[in-house]
Amino acid sequence: MEMHDKKANLPRRAAALISGGLDSMLAAKVVLDQGVDVEGVNFFTGFCVEGHTHAIRKKDRSRQKRNNALWVAEQLGIKLHIVDVIDEYKDIVLNPKHGYGANLNPCLDCKIFMVNKALTQDVLDRGFDFVITGEVIGQRPKSQRADTMPVIARESGAGDRLLRPLCALNLPPTLPEREGWVDRDKLFGFHGRDRKPQMALAESFGFSDYAQPAGGCCFLTDERYAGKLADLWQSRGVRDYDFDDIMLLKVGRHIRPAPHYKLIVGREEGENNFLSGYRWRFVYLDTVSHTGPLTLVDGEPTDADLVLAARIAARYSQGRSASEVSVNVHHPSGARRELRVAPLLPTELEPAWHVGG
Amino acid sequence: MSGARNPPRAPGTRLDARGLLCPLPVIRTQDKIRTLKSGEVLEVVATDPGVLHDIPAWCRVHGHRLLMSEQRNDGFRFHIEVA
Repeated sequence: MEMHDKKANLPRRAAALISGGLDSMLAAKVVLDQGVDVEGVNFFTGFCVEGHTHAIRKKDRSRQKRNNALWVAEQLGIKLHIVDVIDEYKDIVLNPKHGYGANLNPCLDCKIFMVNKALTQDVLDRGFDFVITGEVIGQRPKSQRADTMPVIARESGAGDRLLRPLCALNLPPTLPEREGWVDRDKLFGFHGRDRKPQMALAESFGFSDYAQPAGGCCFLTDERYAGKLADLWQSRGVRDYDFDDIMLLKVGRHIRPAPHYKLIVGREEGENNFLSGYRWRFVYLDTVSHTGPLTLVDGEPTDADLVLAARIAARYSQGRSASEVSVNVHHPSGARRELRVAPLLPTELEPAWHVGG
Repeated sequence: MSGARNPPRAPGTRLDARGLLCPLPVIRTQDKIRTLKSGEVLEVVATDPGVLHDIPAWCRVHGHRLLMSEQRNDGFRFHIEVA
C-alpha cells in the first residue's frame, strides 16, 4: 500500500481502534503526540455493552449517558468514525475460525476483523498508513497473547502496518517504526494483566476520568448472555440471529418452560417500555388487575402454554400473593382475551426454566 | 442554541431516527451527512435520550455546526450544518 509516500510533507495517517476504554485511548494518544494524523474508528457490532443498555433500563437512566468512544475522541481532539458492522459481524460470531473464548466471545476473530475493517475503511476519503490498537500482550487470555499478536497482524492483512504502542517494545519493529513515522523509543513495553502502567501513563497525560468497564465491552463475554444466545440457537434449530434477537437477549427475564416457547418478562418500567416496541411481532401478556410486567411470548405456544405463561406473568406482578390475577393475552393480529389465573408459586417455577442461569 | 455567525438555515434533508437506540442515531446521522455537501443543513429526529449527549459530541469531533436542538412531543430534534 503506497498512500502518502509522495506526500512527504504530510503527516502519516493512522486509524486508531477506539473502544472507549483506557488502553485504546492511551495508544492513540502516544502516536498522536508524535505528530501522526490519527483518526478513531469504533465498530458497533450489536453486542456492545454501551449505548443500548443505558437507554433501556430505567435504573440506568440516571447514569452518565455519554458514548465513551466519542468522549475519548473529544479528549484526544481526533475524529471518530462509528461504523455499523452488525450484519458483517454475524459471520464472526457464527463461524469464528479461531473459536470462542470462555463464552461465545470470538475475540481473536473479532480483533482480526476490526483491524482489517479499520485499515480498509471505505467510508473515508483517504486511506490510512497504519492501524493502532491498545492491545497489551498477556492482558486477554484469548486474543492478547504473544502467539496471537502475529496472527492478528497477518490475518487482518495489516501485517507490519499494525502498531501496538503500549507493548511495541515486546514485539519486532513495525513499518511505522522502521520508517521513522513514529519513534520506537517513545513507545512502551507493557505486558500482563497489571493495570498500573496504564494508569500511570494516563496520569502523565492528565487523564483521570476514563471508562473502566468491569465486565468488558462485549455481551458475548458474559456467561448469562451467551447462555441465552445458545438457547436461542438450540430452540430454533439453527445458528442464526437478527438484530432484534440480540437486542431482546439483553432485556428481561428469559424463561423457557418448554422447548417450543419462551417468555421474556420485563423487570421494570424501562424494560416494559422497550418490550412493548415488539408487540407487533409476538404474542404478549400484560396484567390487568395488578401492576405487573409486560411479557413477550417467543415461539408457538398452545392455549395451555398461554395459561402457564399468564401464571408466570402474574407471579412477577404485584398480585403475586393474590388468589387470582387477570392477565390479558394479546396476539399480533390485535385479538385479545382475558385470563384469570392463580400466580405461579415460587416452588412451581423450575430453576431450569431460567435461560442463561 | 442559535447560530450567531449566520442566520439559521432551514434543513434541506430530514433523518428520522426515532425508535433507534444509541449509537444507531449517531451512525445514521454520520452516514446521512456523508451524502451532503458543506453548508447543507440536516434535521435529525430521535427518541433515545442518549442523543442529547452523543449528537452534539459527534458534531464537535467532526466540526459540524449544531444550529439547534430541542425536545418536542415526537422526540429530540437537531439541526446540523455540514462542515
